Amino acid sequence: MGLKRDVGLMEGLRYQGKGPMLTYILHRIGGLGILLFVALHILASFLSNQAWGTSAGIFINTIYEHWLFQIFIFFCALFHAINGLRIVILDLWPKLIEYQREAIWLEWFVFLPIYCIALFVIIRGGLGG
Amino acid sequence: MRTKPRTAPQRGFHYDYLMWLLTRLTALAMYLIAIVGIIAALLMSARQNMTVADLMRWAFMPNPNHIANTNVPDVEVWKGLFWQGMGISMLFFAGAHGLHGLLNVLEDYISRTRVRNALRILVFLVWVLMSAIGIYVILTS
Repeated sequence: MGLKRDVGLMEGLRYQGKGPMLTYILHRIGGLGILLFVALHILASFLSNQAWGTSAGIFINTIYEHWLFQIFIFFCALFHAINGLRIVILDLWPKLIEYQREAIWLEWFVFLPIYCIALFVIIRGGLGG
Repeated sequence: MRTKPRTAPQRGFHYDYLMWLLTRLTALAMYLIAIVGIIAALLMSARQNMTVADLMRWAFMPNPNHIANTNVPDVEVWKGLFWQGMGISMLFFAGAHGLHGLLNVLEDYISRTRVRNALRILVFLVWVLMSAIGIYVILTS
């Protein structure tokens, strides 16, 4: 990384970071997604218990209980958790950084089966099965 | 619009390093709390009375509301000081980890020092407020 930090969006998109870059982007999106969900969830459970806020709480509930939101949030949570564990292990034992590519492959091998099963269950439930 | 150059971080123990370490350690702590939650739930008859989705919801936050719709016979066992403590620790670690992460993302795209400092204060206030609301919810549920 050079000292010039203000890179434009198109220039940023053209950066060919491949696998590690993809996990970095997805980790960011996932983290922000979880933050959104947790904030909504705390607010909803707080409002639902207040006499003045019950309807607002139930309204927020319907947003994140929708099956499309669940597909998104489960991707965020699962990917962020698995990728985060990879980052923690590689950062706390820096000698392992040599095996980063293999670790990312392993990560996808863990992530994809779990996510696909959950996706199947969520979509089946969402379409009323 | 020129921005003042910021000083490069020093080596050794300083704020950025501590927060970097805190992000890793809170991640491990959240894994630990989730694993304790799953093991305890399985010992408390989750295998017969809960679906995997309910178990995950419980692992994510050990709150009695998360098992309200399951077949668990005695909900009282799933309440109490221990689980409230676990819930509050989960909230604390997740809040610190998550909002520091948000600040990290924001500071990657915002370079004006004054805006950055304002955002730090704002994110800190959001953390305090959401933690207070969350602790209230945990203690009253």
